[in-house]
Amino acid sequence: MRMTHMIASPPVETWLYPAEAGLYCAPGQFYIDPHRAVDRAVITHGHSDHARAGHGAVLATSETIAIMKVRYGETSAGTFQQLALGEPVNINGVGVRLAPAGHILGSAQIVLDYDGKRAVVSGDYKRAYDPTCAAFDVVTCDVFVTEATFALPVFRHEPAHGEVAKLLASMAAEPQRTHVIGAYGLGKCQRMIAEIRNAGYDKPIYLHGAVVALTALYQSLGINLGDVRSVAGADGDAIAGGIVLCPPSALSDRWTRRFNDPVLAFASGWMRVRGRARQHGVELPLIVSDHADWPDLIATISQTNAEDVWVTHGRDDALVHHLATLGRKARALALVGRDDEAE
Amino acid sequence: MRAFAQLLDTLVYTQSRNRKLALLARYFRDTPDPDRGYALAALTDGLPQHLIGRLPLRRMLSELTSRFLDPVLYKLSRDYVGDTAETVALVWPEPRARANAEPTLSDAVTEMSHGSTAERTQTLGRLLDRLDASGRWALLKLLGGAPRVGVSARLAKIAVADAFGHDVSDIEELWHALEAPYLELFAWLEGRGPKPEPGAKPVFRPVMLAHPIEDDDWPKLSADDFVAEWKWDGIRVQIAAAGGDVRIFSRQGDDISAAFPEIRSAFLRHNCVADGELLVMRSGSIAPFNDLQQRLNRKTVTGRMLRDYPAHVRLYDLLFEGGDDLRAMTFTLRRARLETWHAAHCPPLTDVSELVAFETFDSLRAIWSATRADGIEGLMLKRRDSAYQAGRVKGQWYKWKRAALTLDCVLMYAQRGSGKRSSFYSDYTFGAWRSNDAGGQDLVPVGKAYSGFTDDELRLIDTWIRANTTETFGPVRAVTPGLVFEVAFDAVQKSARHKSGVAMRFPRIHRIRWDKPAAEADTLETVQALIGKG
Ligand SMILES: [Zn+2]
Ligand SMILES: [Zn+2]
Repeated sequence: MRMTHMIASPPVETWLYPAEAGLYCAPGQFYIDPHRAVDRAVITHGHSDHARAGHGAVLATSETIAIMKVRYGETSAGTFQQLALGEPVNINGVGVRLAPAGHILGSAQIVLDYDGKRAVVSGDYKRAYDPTCAAFDVVTCDVFVTEATFALPVFRHEPAHGEVAKLLASMAAEPQRTHVIGAYGLGKCQRMIAEIRNAGYDKPIYLHGAVVALTALYQSLGINLGDVRSVAGADGDAIAGGIVLCPPSALSDRWTRRFNDPVLAFASGWMRVRGRARQHGVELPLIVSDHADWPDLIATISQTNAEDVWVTHGRDDALVHHLATLGRKARALALVGRDDEAE
Repeated sequence: MRAFAQLLDTLVYTQSRNRKLALLARYFRDTPDPDRGYALAALTDGLPQHLIGRLPLRRMLSELTSRFLDPVLYKLSRDYVGDTAETVALVWPEPRARANAEPTLSDAVTEMSHGSTAERTQTLGRLLDRLDASGRWALLKLLGGAPRVGVSARLAKIAVADAFGHDVSDIEELWHALEAPYLELFAWLEGRGPKPEPGAKPVFRPVMLAHPIEDDDWPKLSADDFVAEWKWDGIRVQIAAAGGDVRIFSRQGDDISAAFPEIRSAFLRHNCVADGELLVMRSGSIAPFNDLQQRLNRKTVTGRMLRDYPAHVRLYDLLFEGGDDLRAMTFTLRRARLETWHAAHCPPLTDVSELVAFETFDSLRAIWSATRADGIEGLMLKRRDSAYQAGRVKGQWYKWKRAALTLDCVLMYAQRGSGKRSSFYSDYTFGAWRSNDAGGQDLVPVGKAYSGFTDDELRLIDTWIRANTTETFGPVRAVTPGLVFEVAFDAVQKSARHKSGVAMRFPRIHRIRWDKPAAEADTLETVQALIGKG
């Protein structure tokens, strides 16, 4: 527990609040994950609803910067400034440091210290093990800004290794059928590959064209994913009975017709609910999520000791209601431009 | 419970009928009694009341969940998931350690079979504590019945027959004399016991079906060998009366007795199995099919329904009379028995379907093409010497549906199909032209159908749709008016639910009119003019 100050310092909402372009830190004169181009932005992670092109200056982890450059180009921001996890900087009198968020490679919580108060903007996060990124660090604070993508009590994600075991069992049961797994192209896709490798599968894994570049980037940043190859140009007979990863949208596309009678799988936290899985027409739902599930959201919020919780995207209604019944101050922060479905 | 949960969970995601059958057959072969029998009950008629009593499941579950979950969170969750059993299974707290082994299906049935509602609520909670999320869901589906996993009662019966190399008609014939957990049935299927006896209860007998008549059938047939009947626009039913009980079965063997109490009373003192058409009839004339639909799929009926939609059965065959099995007899003999029996007993709310006299097939064709009377869908041709056999037996009975109506309509929206066709736009909404106030023409949707096209045609349409999309809403695309379908349908009805005020009955897409400009497609007035025709 941090010391409470003798003299009451101004509440956090006087210096950190939603403005037109996104969450704005007034004394620091920077935005966090703005949805429009701004002069100065601090970016939690590389997903497109958080990291956008065209800012004057970007501060982020080196991995997030690398992801932004692959997605948007080398010159997609005026300047890129890297900040290592845990390293403090001072921006116009605001103490800024980054703490791991456990969401995808390079993802970070933004820790802001100003005038005796601390706010933590967590971006997207999870508490479950992920071989492709650093584990979430709890940082105690006065205001915790949290996502709520899976903030309903029905969402309890299964351990990923169990879901991978389900995949391998399905492959053993139907050895001729190619298993085509839809997975969010940045993060989920590479995590799935790493989890599949951890389970001992060492044959080549094939990739849809849309996920090749980011997977190569992960490898160049030192994430070991084994033998991965592009579907384009690969021999159809070699792929048959193997594993192919693609973006979720490709599952319902003509693209899948190239595989003979494939098993369509989808790796996502939404797969916990049968109706959702059926909507996507998949045969093998895999409950693997890069977001915190309901119990982890509640536990994390309580561990931060925050007296005030601001809820960004997702099921803010359920989370705000529940925190109120626990006697915690909480409110929904309507931020535009967040995609609370994609995962 | 694990194997059952796995079965249901796999079925939910399996599209192919053959794969579903294989999964079910394996389960029925590999699972011991009595669990497989309880599973079969869950997939067909539900667990019978004499086993678990009346189970106020919804009330019990809301009592149980309120102990650990705030009602607002429960409601938000229930709304999101859309299914009570699944919601409860997902929100149920995971016990730190499972004290007791997982219950089997028969453990669950036994434990739920006794006690007051309060005691059984406790029991249900303890059962849920012993299961994981998928097991909890399966348990609630077992107790609740109608698990909605994409398996019809009939498919489950076919799977049981397949599993042991029998024909499904064997099982259907016995079905209504059997009870969960079907020990005698499995003993017989596995060759360990005698064939169960239907005894004195009214049971379903698999029905005889007709083939649609094709152009090249005619030369092979002789008019002298056949009788003709009207084909009525109702639903085919079998009425089985025995030992003071009466059951009304659909063609598939579903028991629909509860919805038609007046027909049950009409046959109460009889002992017979009769085949006929269920209709709604007012002062001697047949009401539109839509009226009959008001009576179907109901567990109970009100006095008002009985008065507003009076049911009637038009009989056309007699399978059993008293103890006599007439099914091996010729149609001519059965028909004579039916007429004599009906004249002697005159059960209320029934009559005998008249025969249509004709000399030659040509004169019959004249009758067929001239008839568009209410309630008549076409003609039936029945071979005079045909025995009553289960299923669609070649060359015995034919149905000769009156020609379908067709219209040229314009494609408006296309939706992705499901399963094998999920990558094609194969479900279509089409429209007809209507004059607008500005003196121009607008399209209004008049129907929806999925295509019976080959994959090659689908590919062409798919390409066209992708190239002519104006807007996308999730799986649906709106397209520019440019592609004309010739749509065939049985009839047009007035409909308050549709913007166009009309609804087509059984529309299907007959062919693609690549040649026809969209502007020359039919108008809404043309569609409206067909109301009541046919
Ligand atoms: Zn994200
Ligand atoms: Zn996000």
